[in-house]
Amino acid sequence: MKKMKLVMVGNGMAGVRTIEELLKIAPDLYDITVFGAEPHPNYNRIMLSPVLAGEQTVDEIVLNSWAWYADNRIALHAGKKVVEVDRVKRIVRAVDAQGAATEAPYDRLLVCTGSNPFMLPVPGNDLQGVIAYRDIADTGYMIETARTHRNAVVIGGGLLGLEAANGLMLRGMNVTVVHVMPWLMERQLDDVAGKLLQKSLEDRGLKFLIGAQTQELTGNEEGRVKSIKFKDGSEVATDLVVMAVGIRPNTQLAESMRLHCNRGIVVNDTMQTVTDARIYSVGECAAHRGIAYGLVAPLFEQAKVAANHLAQFGIGRYSGSLTSTKLKVTGIDLFSAGEFMGGEGTEEIVMSDPFGGVYKKLVIKDDKLVGACLYGDTVDGSYYFKLLRDGRSVSDIRDKLIFGESNLGDAGHEGQNKAALMADDAEVCGCNGVNKGTICKAIKEKGLFTLDEVRKHTKASASCGSCTGLVEQILMFTAGGDYSATPKLKAMCACTDHGHQAVRDAIRANKLLSISDVFKFMEWKTPNGCASCRPAVNYYLISTWPKQAKDDPQSRFINERSHANIQKDGTYSVIPRMWGGETTASELRRIADAVDKYKIPTVKVTGGQRIDLLGVKKEDLQNVWKDIGMPSGHAYAKALRTVKTCVGSEWCRMGTQDSTQMGKDLERAMWRMYAPHKVKFAVSGCPRNCAESGIKDVGIIGVDSGWEMYIAGNGGIKTEVAHFFTKLKTAAEVLEYTGAFCELYRQEGWYLERTVHYVNRVGLDYVKKKILEDHEGRKALWEQLQFALDGEPDPWFDFKEAAVDTRQFEKLTPA
Amino acid sequence: MSEWKKICLVTDIPVLGSRRVARERGIDVAVFRNDEDGVFALLDRCPHKGGPLSQGIVFGTSVACPLHNWTIDLEGGCAKAPDEGCTQKFSVRVEGGAVHLDATELATLALDLQPVVAGPAAKELTNA
Repeated sequence: MKKMKLVMVGNGMAGVRTIEELLKIAPDLYDITVFGAEPHPNYNRIMLSPVLAGEQTVDEIVLNSWAWYADNRIALHAGKKVVEVDRVKRIVRAVDAQGAATEAPYDRLLVCTGSNPFMLPVPGNDLQGVIAYRDIADTGYMIETARTHRNAVVIGGGLLGLEAANGLMLRGMNVTVVHVMPWLMERQLDDVAGKLLQKSLEDRGLKFLIGAQTQELTGNEEGRVKSIKFKDGSEVATDLVVMAVGIRPNTQLAESMRLHCNRGIVVNDTMQTVTDARIYSVGECAAHRGIAYGLVAPLFEQAKVAANHLAQFGIGRYSGSLTSTKLKVTGIDLFSAGEFMGGEGTEEIVMSDPFGGVYKKLVIKDDKLVGACLYGDTVDGSYYFKLLRDGRSVSDIRDKLIFGESNLGDAGHEGQNKAALMADDAEVCGCNGVNKGTICKAIKEKGLFTLDEVRKHTKASASCGSCTGLVEQILMFTAGGDYSATPKLKAMCACTDHGHQAVRDAIRANKLLSISDVFKFMEWKTPNGCASCRPAVNYYLISTWPKQAKDDPQSRFINERSHANIQKDGTYSVIPRMWGGETTASELRRIADAVDKYKIPTVKVTGGQRIDLLGVKKEDLQNVWKDIGMPSGHAYAKALRTVKTCVGSEWCRMGTQDSTQMGKDLERAMWRMYAPHKVKFAVSGCPRNCAESGIKDVGIIGVDSGWEMYIAGNGGIKTEVAHFFTKLKTAAEVLEYTGAFCELYRQEGWYLERTVHYVNRVGLDYVKKKILEDHEGRKALWEQLQFALDGEPDPWFDFKEAAVDTRQFEKLTPA
Repeated sequence: MSEWKKICLVTDIPVLGSRRVARERGIDVAVFRNDEDGVFALLDRCPHKGGPLSQGIVFGTSVACPLHNWTIDLEGGCAKAPDEGCTQKFSVRVEGGAVHLDATELATLALDLQPVVAGPAAKELTNA
């Protein structure tokens, strides 16, 4: 079959990204031709500032080498500017610097002409030494000028202007920034943060003329700029003027092609121009729903959608982006997103330490975070950005919100929160042993731009996730731009576009009872899912339709299929259930005998008051269970694990309540309870809290007058102190309230979401409403849980009922 | 001429599951069955850290290693990008509903690889 012809005009980041995405999904569909006006392959335009500042070289910021184009059989015409497109004959005409013409026919055209810098219409703006800041040529000109001249003026105190000014200063120039607005970066910062930034830049040696209006530029006899004059009559001598007062979508070619333009080339949600469906446009030149984006993340989202349609899959839609900003001046951390200025109907939470150089402002409207502006400490930027995108109520975390997510209990990276200050050999990801240097190298060498890509390639932040903020900072400094392109609705996995909630809802609303029903109904893209969606869907089915949906063991992780914990050498661990952490001589004897008989190498007391037998061969599992004769501890499952108790009033002279009995009763009522993730309880008999109830999914603390109930604590990756939930009088109430909360979590939690994350997502107020205020609802939930657990089998003994495929325990031998 | 050893019936392997095959010498071989009754055989050892692939979740023509979730292609034995590495694959013949493996391959392939050792035994190894 003859291939179709795809021509791309503009060899920039958004366009080339589109081609990369296209090659991934449809490598052989098109013959591809690329025209670029600059004589370079695609480079990372955002990183021009570090080049100017002398922190990187031009070679280092090249994203796609010449070889990449050749390897992918892309005909690249670099240094040839497209001057005409004939839409009737579908031909592109370009000329090079010498005026020689090149033509290329197309079936599909991708217009990625980017943007042009805006030049102030003042007299003298065409003098020598007056430039914009846009490409490698401008950067080179600035570096050259810094070598031969002394004074520079940058007009525009926005993101780009400040980066230019900083770079020129580092190159030894005496730099003045002229800014007509009342404070710097007024589109990204409020006045306080803007002034903090100014102070910090002044300390480094930059000069500022705030509020100054440029009247004209004057030149010397050779036609080179010599000074800048302002409306108030003042004048500053200079050898270089850099204009960084904004960009305009470059629509010159598009207009000559008579494509509809309105502050950009107007495109629809599939990134096709509204005028001609054969023509796509992405990047800074495209106007989508009235907005032309200038940041990387939205452009890459557009690229993905355009590629999908070019590949004739026709399913992606771009529906706009929410953006955030960071500044790439080494040593200065700032972040802003949303409606950071506040205004009518909004409330502000502000933390300000001008001497320490830290300022944080959060803007809240109708109990939701709508804006954030951070200066000096930005590690929580992505956390706030996520809250902002999710639009969840923050009323329950309002008192702690300003301190961010990372203030307490983070482990695994030495408490670091400023990636820029970390040495290259400093460990960023403690789970996977990834240091900063490795991450930087992967980002540079593999051209990574998003958090997901970094996770895939380096595994940094891919396990527990507590270093995500650091990895994002490193990504920011190394790749530049705005990386946080997570779509609002996160798909469960690559097998589907649906998120967890949509799948849960569909299972309930349509009474779906099997995994294949779900895959068919929700149009899964893969025939039988993958290792991440199948366990999730299986859980949603059995938790939504207990006794009706059939459990599928092959869709469970091995631990829940073999009912033991797999170890690094492929052996298993066995943890029998010890109700409330109490055991007997006879149980201990049976355990000891089994250890001898099956030569179990390690016996360990767990943190959950049980005994762990490690290194059991898979072939021995069934016999070990039988010999020990104790129930499954479910230590391998997303289910109720341990119920930790203290001795309580039965023995303890301080005890106010019989915590051991309460723990045993809870455990007997709720064991075999599968959940989105593991669930741990603890019961203490007095406020000394020896059972550590404050860091459990449900923690109960006995007081003289009854029981206090705490929920959604966690002692893992991130230590999270449980919220006080309610005070109860009787043991029966403790059972009912604990059961109801667990059932709510079972029905609404997303797979692999611990109670702390579930409660953070829906809000504590919501859980209180459901459990504390709605008495009927609470009783119903408790009944539903009891119904679900009634008669559930013990997988260590009732193999058939628990659907344990016992064939797995035997090895086959060749005949 | 290769000699084919009968291992089991296709139906002895769970759909989207696997069984372990013991060899006289060397690490076990894992035989997998997908949902279209395709049968595949790989050395039961992930190229990453030696995890037993037989214990993974099978989907499409892949298996996810139970230890660190690398995805291994059942047909070729290689990890899905960006992870890198391959495990030994074995030829499979299905005849009359029975699964056969090649006797020579079973007796000769990947005998040099050592199983992963954990626990006190691993300490003894390092101290020895």
